[in-house]
Amino acid sequence: MSLATPEVEGLLRELAPQVLGILIRRHGEFETSEDAVQEALLAAALQWPAEGVPANPKGWLITVASRRRLELWRSEVARRRREQAAARLAPPAPEPAPAVDDTLTLLFLCCHPALTPASQVALTLRAVGGLRTAEIARALLVPEPTVAQRISRAKQRIRASGADFGDAGEPKRHLLRMPPPAERPQRLAAVRQVLYLIFNEGYTASSGSSLHRVELTGEAIRLTRQLRDRLPGDGEVAGLLALMLLTDARRPARTRPDGALVPLAEQDRGRWDARAIAEGTALIAETLATAPIGPYQLQAAIAAVHDEAARAEDTDWRQILTLYELLRTLAPGPMVTLGWVVAVAMVHGPHAGLDRLAAAAADPALAGHHRVDAVRAHLLDLAGDHRAAVDQYRLAARRTLSLPERHYLESRADELAGPAGQSPT
Amino acid sequence: MKYVILIYSNPASREIWDSFSGEQKTAGFAVYAALGEELAASGELIVSEALADSSLTTRIPAQEGQALTTDGPFAELKEQLAGFFLIECESAERATEIAKKVPEAPLGLVEVRPVLDLSGLEM
Repeated sequence: MSLATPEVEGLLRELAPQVLGILIRRHGEFETSEDAVQEALLAAALQWPAEGVPANPKGWLITVASRRRLELWRSEVARRRREQAAARLAPPAPEPAPAVDDTLTLLFLCCHPALTPASQVALTLRAVGGLRTAEIARALLVPEPTVAQRISRAKQRIRASGADFGDAGEPKRHLLRMPPPAERPQRLAAVRQVLYLIFNEGYTASSGSSLHRVELTGEAIRLTRQLRDRLPGDGEVAGLLALMLLTDARRPARTRPDGALVPLAEQDRGRWDARAIAEGTALIAETLATAPIGPYQLQAAIAAVHDEAARAEDTDWRQILTLYELLRTLAPGPMVTLGWVVAVAMVHGPHAGLDRLAAAAADPALAGHHRVDAVRAHLLDLAGDHRAAVDQYRLAARRTLSLPERHYLESRADELAGPAGQSPT
Repeated sequence: MKYVILIYSNPASREIWDSFSGEQKTAGFAVYAALGEELAASGELIVSEALADSSLTTRIPAQEGQALTTDGPFAELKEQLAGFFLIECESAERATEIAKKVPEAPLGLVEVRPVLDLSGLEM
C-alpha cells in the first residue's frame, strides 16, 4: 500500500524514466539500473510524505538509485566471480548526467518485439510509468509475483536479444540508442499497441472496487501524451491519444454504481467529460486534416461522432458507417466488422444489419466470435422481434467472456420477456 | 485472458496412479512441478493447487435455506476434481497448448475454461 500523496506520486512518475535514463547512460546495465530505480522510487514513496520532498528530488532519486545500483552490481560481481567470469567487469566511471530525454528510447526498449504483450505492458508501466510492482499487480488484477516474473523475464529477453543494441563487446549504454530508422515505423506501431493495451486494461476493469488501484486509463493517457510531445508529427500517435480521450470521456456514464454496464444509447450524456471530448475532438479534427490516415484516427473519429451527439437519436450514423467502411479496408478485424454491422443497421434498418451479420458470421474470421450473438440479439431487438431477441440475448449471455456484459444481456432478455416470459418455452 | 485448467480423476486414472511404483509417482510429481515452474517463469501462472482426496470433501446440501453439512465421499461421482491451474495467457490456443502438457490430458481428464473478465461492449 502506498502512503504517498497524489502530488508525490505524480512527481515520482514524472521523474522515473529520467532517472532511469541517466543511470543507464552512466553505467549501462538496463536490468540492474531498472531494479535500482524501482527501489529508489519505493524509498521515496515511503520517506517523502513523512519527511517532506527534498529540495532536489531528481538528484535525491539519482543518488539513492546509484547507491542501490552499486550494491546490486557488487553482489552481481561477487556472484560472477564465483562463476569465474568477472574478469571483464570493471567499475564504470561516473559521467555527468547529460541533459537528454530518454523517455522515447525507453518506450521503444520496453515495447521490444522480443517480448510478449503482457511483459511489454508490465515493463512499460514500471520503467517508463514509474509504477511499483505491487501497484501494477493491483491494476492488472494479477498477483505481484506474476508481474515481477513478467518483468524479470522481459529483461532477460531484452538482454538475450542484445544484437539490436550492439553486440556483446560494445558498451551496454548503446541500450539507449533509438532503433534504426528502417525499423522505426514497426517499433513505433508496437509502442502504440502497448499503450492501447494499457488503456484497455484500465477501461475494461473500471467497474467494481477500484479503491487503491492506479487508474490505468489515466496512466495510458499520460504516457501517450508524453509520446505525442516527442513525436508531434505522427498522425497515429495523435489519433491514439484522441481515441483514448474520447473513449475515457464516457467512463462516468458507462457503468451503474453496482457495476452494471450501460449501453451507449442509454447513457446519461450529461455525465460525459465535456473537457476531454473537446480536447479529443479538436485533436482528431486537426490530425485528420494534416496527417496520413490510419486506424487509430478512424476509431477516434467514430468515437468523436458518438460524443458529439447531444442525444443518442442525434447520432450521425451515416458518418459512422462511412468511417467503418474505411476502417474495414484499412484494418479489418472481427470487432470492426461487428461495429460496421451495427452502423449498417442504424442507417439502413435492422434487417439490413441482420443480413450483413449473417453473411459476416459465415466468415471464419468471425464465426464463433463470442460477440456475434450479442449483436444479433441487439438487432432483433431493434427490429421488434422480441421473441427471437430474448433467445439470442440468453444465448449471448451464456457465450460472453465478460461478467458485466453477461449481467447486461440477461437483464435485457428479462426485460423483453416480461414477467410471463421469465422462463422461455 | 485468464483461463482455468481443470484436472479430474476417475476410477481408471486412480487405478493407474495406484499401480505406479514409488519412483514412477515421484516422476509424476516432477512433471507437475516442472509445468508449474515453466508457467511461473513465463509470467503466465496465477495460482495452481492440487486438491485433497475426494473422501475429505464436505458437501453443503440445500435444505430450506439452512445449510447442513455432510461428509463425503461421493463414490457415485465418476469424475472428481483433482486440481487446477489458473493462468493468464495470450490466446485460447496457448491455454490449450498448456493444458495438453498436464499428464492426465491423454486420458481425457483435463479441460480449459475461460474466466469471465470485466470488459464490456457499450453496444
